[in-house]
Amino acid sequence: MPELPEHLELKRTRVSCNFDAPTDTEPILYSGAYASMGVDNTNMEDFFKNFKIKINRLTEDEIEFDMVGIDAALANAFRRILIAEVPTMAIEKVFIANNTSVIQDEVLAHRLGLIPLNVDPRLFEYKSEKDLPNEKNTIVFGLHARCERGAPRNTVKSDELKWLPNGSEFLLATEDNDSDPAAKARTYTSFSCGQDSLPEFSVNPICARHPDITIARLGPGQEIELEAHAVKGVGKEHAKWSPVATAWYRMLPEVVLLQDVYDEKAEKLVRKCPVNVFDIEDVANGRKAVVARPRACTLCRECIREEGWDQYVALRRKRDHFIFTIESTGALPPEVLFTEAVKILEDKCERVITELS
Amino acid sequence: MGIDKQFMAAPIGSAVDKFQLIPEFLKVRGLVREHLESYNYFVNTGIKKIVRVNNLITSSVDPNIYLRFKDVRIGEPSVVVDGVNEKLTPQFCRLSDMTYAAPIYVNVECVTGSHGEKEIREKKDVIIGRMPVMLRSCYCVLHGKDEAELARLGECPLDPGGYFVVKGTEKVVLMQEQLSNNRIIIDVDKKGNLIASVTSSTAALRSKTNILMEKEKIYLQINQFQTKIPIIVVMKAMGMESDQEVVQMVGRDPRYSSLLLPSVEECAGLGVHTQQQALEFLETKVKMASYPGASVEKESRAMSILRDVFIAHVLVRKNNFRPKCIYAAVMLRRMLEAFLNKDAMDDKDYVGNKRFELSGQLISLLFEDLFKTMISEAKKMADKVLSKPSRSSRFDFSQYIVKDSISLGLERALSTGNWYAKRFRVDRKGVSQVLQRLSFIGSMGHVTRIQPQFEKSRKVSGPRALQPSQWGMLCPCDTPEGESCGLVKNLALMTHVTTDEEEGPLISLCYLLGVEDLQLLSGEELHSPNSFLVIFNGLILGKHRRPQHFSNAMRRLRRAGKIGEFVSVFVNEKQRCVYIASDGGRVCRPLVIADKGVSRIKWHHMKELLDGVRTFDDFLRDGLIEYLDVNEENNALIALYEGDALPETTHIEIEPFTILGVCAGLIPFPHHNQSPRNTYQCAMGKQAMGNISYNQLCRMDTLLYLLVYPQRPLLTTRTIELVGYDKLGAGQNATVAVMSYSGYDIEDAIVMNKSSLDRGFGRCIVMKKKPIVLQKYENNTSDRIIRPTKEGYFAERMQTLDYDGITAPGEIIRSDDILVNKETPMITRGPTISSGGLPDSQYKRTPVKSVGPVGQTTVVERVICCSDKNNNLCIKFMMRETRRPEVGDKFSSRHGQKGVCGTIIQQEDFPVSERGICPDLIMNPHGFPSRMTVGKMIELLGSKAGVSTGRFHYGSAFGEPSGHADKVETISETLVKHGFSYSGKDFLYSGITGSPLQAYIFMGPIYYQKLKHMVLDKMHARAMGPRVMMTRQPTEGRSRNGGLRVGEMERDCLIAYGASSLLYERLMLSSDPFEAQVCRACGLLGYYNHKLKTGFCSSCRSGNNISTMKLPYACKLLFQELQSMNIVPRLKLAEV
Repeated sequence: MPELPEHLELKRTRVSCNFDAPTDTEPILYSGAYASMGVDNTNMEDFFKNFKIKINRLTEDEIEFDMVGIDAALANAFRRILIAEVPTMAIEKVFIANNTSVIQDEVLAHRLGLIPLNVDPRLFEYKSEKDLPNEKNTIVFGLHARCERGAPRNTVKSDELKWLPNGSEFLLATEDNDSDPAAKARTYTSFSCGQDSLPEFSVNPICARHPDITIARLGPGQEIELEAHAVKGVGKEHAKWSPVATAWYRMLPEVVLLQDVYDEKAEKLVRKCPVNVFDIEDVANGRKAVVARPRACTLCRECIREEGWDQYVALRRKRDHFIFTIESTGALPPEVLFTEAVKILEDKCERVITELS
Repeated sequence: MGIDKQFMAAPIGSAVDKFQLIPEFLKVRGLVREHLESYNYFVNTGIKKIVRVNNLITSSVDPNIYLRFKDVRIGEPSVVVDGVNEKLTPQFCRLSDMTYAAPIYVNVECVTGSHGEKEIREKKDVIIGRMPVMLRSCYCVLHGKDEAELARLGECPLDPGGYFVVKGTEKVVLMQEQLSNNRIIIDVDKKGNLIASVTSSTAALRSKTNILMEKEKIYLQINQFQTKIPIIVVMKAMGMESDQEVVQMVGRDPRYSSLLLPSVEECAGLGVHTQQQALEFLETKVKMASYPGASVEKESRAMSILRDVFIAHVLVRKNNFRPKCIYAAVMLRRMLEAFLNKDAMDDKDYVGNKRFELSGQLISLLFEDLFKTMISEAKKMADKVLSKPSRSSRFDFSQYIVKDSISLGLERALSTGNWYAKRFRVDRKGVSQVLQRLSFIGSMGHVTRIQPQFEKSRKVSGPRALQPSQWGMLCPCDTPEGESCGLVKNLALMTHVTTDEEEGPLISLCYLLGVEDLQLLSGEELHSPNSFLVIFNGLILGKHRRPQHFSNAMRRLRRAGKIGEFVSVFVNEKQRCVYIASDGGRVCRPLVIADKGVSRIKWHHMKELLDGVRTFDDFLRDGLIEYLDVNEENNALIALYEGDALPETTHIEIEPFTILGVCAGLIPFPHHNQSPRNTYQCAMGKQAMGNISYNQLCRMDTLLYLLVYPQRPLLTTRTIELVGYDKLGAGQNATVAVMSYSGYDIEDAIVMNKSSLDRGFGRCIVMKKKPIVLQKYENNTSDRIIRPTKEGYFAERMQTLDYDGITAPGEIIRSDDILVNKETPMITRGPTISSGGLPDSQYKRTPVKSVGPVGQTTVVERVICCSDKNNNLCIKFMMRETRRPEVGDKFSSRHGQKGVCGTIIQQEDFPVSERGICPDLIMNPHGFPSRMTVGKMIELLGSKAGVSTGRFHYGSAFGEPSGHADKVETISETLVKHGFSYSGKDFLYSGITGSPLQAYIFMGPIYYQKLKHMVLDKMHARAMGPRVMMTRQPTEGRSRNGGLRVGEMERDCLIAYGASSLLYERLMLSSDPFEAQVCRACGLLGYYNHKLKTGFCSSCRSGNNISTMKLPYACKLLFQELQSMNIVPRLKLAEV
């Protein structure tokens, strides 16, 4: 198979980060772009052959992995879906029975909405406007905090949100109290069974992901009593439903020494870099600078800042290699989030295909 | 004071860091020290003087009956309610619409008795009125309280005070800028004539004396004379009959005498040679009846004008006119000097020639007037009683002191701002203003504002221009735009405005230090070379042969604390005068004294300050620091920094950033910005939303804008920490990317990140007060509140009501919901109805509804019940609304760069950096080149370095050399250390395509303010709606849901375009179409008779020639109005 000449191959596969501005930022997408040279720009087999994912770091809330052999558009699609379209549960409605704290009702409700909940959203359904809140689409939390008179001020933390598996405990104001005293008083939810009876929740009860998020501060004599209803939603609608704190990628840095750099100049180069990309190696004809940790490059461009240094160092990004990071807010583990995102993209593609066919 | 600990612990470098003096200065004196000091002077000293001068009321019927005021004092702020004395706190007054005032007590001695038996009695603590108390002044309950005590009183510890609470509203008495009194000003009038003017102000009266030079001759101009008087005639009238003496007094320099010659000749030409002749001449020129105070003998009228009006502040004792002659001669000499040398002209805009009248002086003026009125009224009433031939009751003089007139007079003046005292010919409007409480910085800026006395319409640039003498005294940035630009000023951070000081001891001190008395000097000696005139507060004391020695002695005494620290000593070499000033209203500022260029403050002094063993006053007392006023600054050589000091240097600045005021102090790196941008920010900082005070939720402001999550700026300045802006911020640190995005960012619009808004960026709370008064009526009935009904027409709107009929806090109110279920009695006039009350049937429903746009909901924040000034029950609601930013809301950075939100875009569409940082807003780079706000770029860099190191960075004005501002180089180094580019430009990926952007993007945090202008309050559209009753045209204005007018110019466009149908529709059909009956015979309007179903003309008395036509109702109205004025408009109709 014919190869592209070097300068074109560089343009095809690398983003050059020059000192003044990056060039070749846009990928050449058209598969026939190099057809005249006998090179197929994109083909499926190459993708199947080359595509790989390697996990670099995985913690409870964070994942960093390399995604190689894919186009920026697709990597970006995952990022966008992660931020905006993977559903989670978040508090949407707050019923305030009493709030004598300084914090306003709306602000309190807003704060509650932003608290990440430790619950798998896949177990729930979306609740539309006309749906009644039931055990399938709503999680109910109660909060009753009070600061006694004479006591010092206290802080209401997110661990005081108590899961109410049987639904709301606030009674609905009814017009006719005398109709049927025997009938169970209606509340704001209509649960047919307790959520704690479901196997998924009996083991790990639903709670806020972090116990130490400040909700409000109470002075002596102040009290907050409320019920918060969490529903399923997506980040597109409101950032509180976004399952990630953020998700992003960066292209794999490539630092190339265009000429050999020796001795003093090499030491200078090593000193220039704040993230220690370069090292010095002893070779036959002196001490030579080598690129040891290109991954660490943050593109501060210190190494090429000084006049003439761009003759020695070239900073590039590999166009099809993404270092992808997902910071989960905790509803789902980060690796699951990514698979969810893939599933959503799959669904979307399927929808397009069915619509087209 | 919020000073960063790290900084405190840092060792003091070789050049002594004097910054610590500023917080110490502000701690001792506060930001509004001038207001407080002037008020304190008035209530402690001024009021006593006024009362002492006017302490006797004697009856004109019986001179033995008198009342004498012995002592006056002001008590604690309190109010008498139902006979019980209740103490007042400012917060209580604010909430219940009361005046925060304290009783004025006097001790009186008066004659009482009846039927000839008189007895002298002393009465203690008679109340003559109530004096509004300035907050934080010495009679205020907040005086000297610490933070916890202030909190207990419901007061914000950061609030500076310096204002009054009158009828529940906070009123500031603004500083008034005036030309200084009793000083000679040489100037050029409109015709180009040289003029020397003196505005004399004494306790008795104010007068203006002008001496002008016209066609080489010199004249005197006073209002009391019809025409200008040749000056030599005046001199002669004052007893200087010899021309030689006049010339000697002016100075024997032949140039002066030659200039005086034409005037002397003119005088001789008039045939005036003796004093008698001069007085006779003057007599003919006296304005008739213009001087009612003159005594009856005609002869002395000219004399009395010369004595009492001409240069009135130079007093004539025992008919000795000599001081006046000398003063006039000095004026002449100054004028001739200026004639010969234009440099000797005075500059009216020079700050040294200005005086600032403060609240204490203004109130003292008002009080004096009211007190005198009260005395004359008491006298009148006593005389009336005494003149009755037979009085039976016991006479008590003290009964006739009415206390209401003083209280009401003061209260009225403060609440309306109209300062009116006929006695002193004072009539000013807008002296007191409602304290701006939109933002904390706004109210701080308001109390330091200076109001000009000039009219704003004059088209001269002089008074508006920045004066070099403003340096350090008045903020060069903080002035409004528009008509009052440059006229309204603000004080700089360390400025002090002096209050009056006792003159007597200073005068005798001057004589002791070798001033030769004026009385002993001949005219010849007056201007003898190598001696200087000594002028004290505009009065010529005498002369001194060794002026430098004299001034050094005075200054040494001042530094030793033997005379007041604000006494200024100024040697004017050019005029050969030493000016000593101790009068009030001069601006001055503290400076470090240097001996031969070496600062007197050594590091151990500063260490003692840091250890708390030394205070700012100790620095003053030990002669390390002194206050210099604008005039004395001319005798000093002030070095900016210790390192710059030369051997001749006499003073060193404390910190250069103190030349800016409070508002300009918020701007980081203002010295890198284009100057007008700083001015714009000064105006905008006052509109920024944020926190107002610690007690903001306990206050009941009519309109309150709060930010939900206000932040402290990442890039702070020293001023921010000094005034407490870091505790009551008004903005948020937004990560800004400077790039073009989406096209919705043209013309300064900004693009906002929706997720940031979701997370609370720019979220604000708007609170409005809604007071509801339960009226009492004359027939002893009153409004009442009843329980809500569960059924019926109103039930749906009464859901939010409590059982007491008042909406409860926390309820969500829709438009038209009932707030208070009020009922009003049917009959409110007529005979009194017994206390039993009316039956229910006698009440009609008058529920109070909430008004507002349909579909918008508000929440009841708080409800308070109190009684208003008429003792009616008043229910005040605080209505709250929480808003998130929307397209069209206005935002601004701290560099005068305002912009509206152009569009809101999803986070995933936003660009994202290599570290996953996504900006909160995007600003268009076109905002930079023409605005040249380099400070904003440095702020971005500094904040970025700040977030990466976790340390607040500083950007104080001119702070780089002294370490109060971080240098760009060090900031860049920090950025590089944390892996950013030194330039602050990041490598960003597009959020839409996913590939990198084609440029590095300047990105980092900038402190952004949300301004109070929001679309929600402004947007307006209407299809159909209310009309004005009289013209039947749509109403005007958003508040009345008015229509959008097709104005004259719009009409012109439509005419030019020829869109006649559109014109017809807009001007007629959409406005006020009316079908009129017109009589073809007489051309007048008829009417339509509905019974006969025909038109009828009432002037022709027939319905035969009636036609129907359409015309605007306003047109018909015009015809009728013309008819009412006896003009008959007749319509001539024709077929088309």
